Amino acid sequence: MWRSRLGASVASLAALIVIWQFSAYVAESRSFPSPLVVLATLQAELKTGALLHHVGATLARVVVSFFIAMAIGSTIGLLLGRLKSADLFFDSWLIFFLNLPALVVIILCYVWFGLTETAAIIAVAINKIPNVAVTVREGARSLSRDLSEMAVMYRFGFWKTLRHVTLPQMAPFFAASARSGLSLVWKIVLVVELLGRSNGVGHQLHVAFQLFDVPMILAYAVAFIIVVQIIEIGLLQPLEARANRWRR
Amino acid sequence: MSEVLRISITEKTWPAVAGRARQPVLGQIDVGIERGSFVVLTGPSGCGKSTLLNIVAGLDKDFDGDVAFDPPGQEVTYVFQSPRLLPWRTVRENIALALPDGDARNARIPEMLARVGLEDAADAYPERLSLGMQRRAALARGFIIEPSVLLMDEPFVSLDDPTAQALRQLLIDLCASRSTTVLFVTHDRLEAVTLATRILRMGGTPATVLGDAEVRLSRDERLNRDAVVAAQRRIFGTT
Repeated sequence: MWRSRLGASVASLAALIVIWQFSAYVAESRSFPSPLVVLATLQAELKTGALLHHVGATLARVVVSFFIAMAIGSTIGLLLGRLKSADLFFDSWLIFFLNLPALVVIILCYVWFGLTETAAIIAVAINKIPNVAVTVREGARSLSRDLSEMAVMYRFGFWKTLRHVTLPQMAPFFAASARSGLSLVWKIVLVVELLGRSNGVGHQLHVAFQLFDVPMILAYAVAFIIVVQIIEIGLLQPLEARANRWRR
Repeated sequence: MSEVLRISITEKTWPAVAGRARQPVLGQIDVGIERGSFVVLTGPSGCGKSTLLNIVAGLDKDFDGDVAFDPPGQEVTYVFQSPRLLPWRTVRENIALALPDGDARNARIPEMLARVGLEDAADAYPERLSLGMQRRAALARGFIIEPSVLLMDEPFVSLDDPTAQALRQLLIDLCASRSTTVLFVTHDRLEAVTLATRILRMGGTPATVLGDAEVRLSRDERLNRDAVVAAQRRIFGTT
């Protein structure tokens, strides 16, 4: 029906904005601003530089904790997927951490390590690591025995096997955990900021909440959605397309 | 002639799985493989030919007995029953990966691709090729190494007849030009006679070597169907 994906998303987005505008018009309430009011707030915040400052702070936390969580989670996942005894032993730990509420981890990190940047990053990473580990473990379990035998016979050695045999097989699992990871991480970063940082989008939302400033809340939410979409379209999708170019 | 390989297996069993008892696969097998010979392992499918090949390759270490190469540590290459190409690497990359970086043999990849008829598919990804073409790429990868011992597990099945015959000829010529020793598994008796200088017939449970026959045919006779059929009758009888 839609000639291009872009056309489809533009049309559906436009429809959403129209519905929002219409509902705001009907509701006529200060706590339900129209998209135009939100846009004006966004512009004002952009002009003062507050928006860039806070979005930048949040983004930096997202990036750092994302990479820490991916690195540690992937290593744990690969080990558990390859070593059966380790998997049996640590499986219940993984379930424990998977079901530990994010808020508990955040509060404990702040209590134990103080209201510091390090505590914030650790809290986000701990929340994300079990998810990465579980996804990557699935990938490591399904590694092709045929291909590893081939690599042995053709004397690939450790690094060549890792680069040309193991990691390409893991790519879809890395992509899946990166995707779900990014959205999870930035939501948790907001909570971390709300509870214990003095800058970032989460902190701004906290301030706006105390003032019941809904246009401000929506302006920061929209700004961050735009940033995440840019990362998704500009970075994740091209990377995924490149990793999948060999598929039929 | 000297032996390049001695296989002495006392027993190989599959471990008990899910209520099924231990299953013996291979019995007492004691075979010496002479340098430069082309040994074909033949027998009914499922009798343990591929298992034996995996043991010789060193991929299966769970058996009683010993496999000794002379000299030890020489280059052994395995052309598997399925192509086992890396789907995320092109045909050319797949072949190049079988060689160490900067190896002189890299220069011969285009020639090898031409010999298996893949010069136009060099930059294609394996999954975009037919199974026959993937098999030929796997053969090129095995051949480029010029190993001293080449293990092959039914590498020509599911190829159309002219292609298979052309590749058999290529294999005969490659083996003649180097002193490669080949251990080749097939259940196709005509193929066995076409290629082999020695045929080991396997069978029974657990499988042992039931027959050991030499094949003395010239290159021209091997490429002549009538001569091959006649030799096959001599070796296997009329059954």
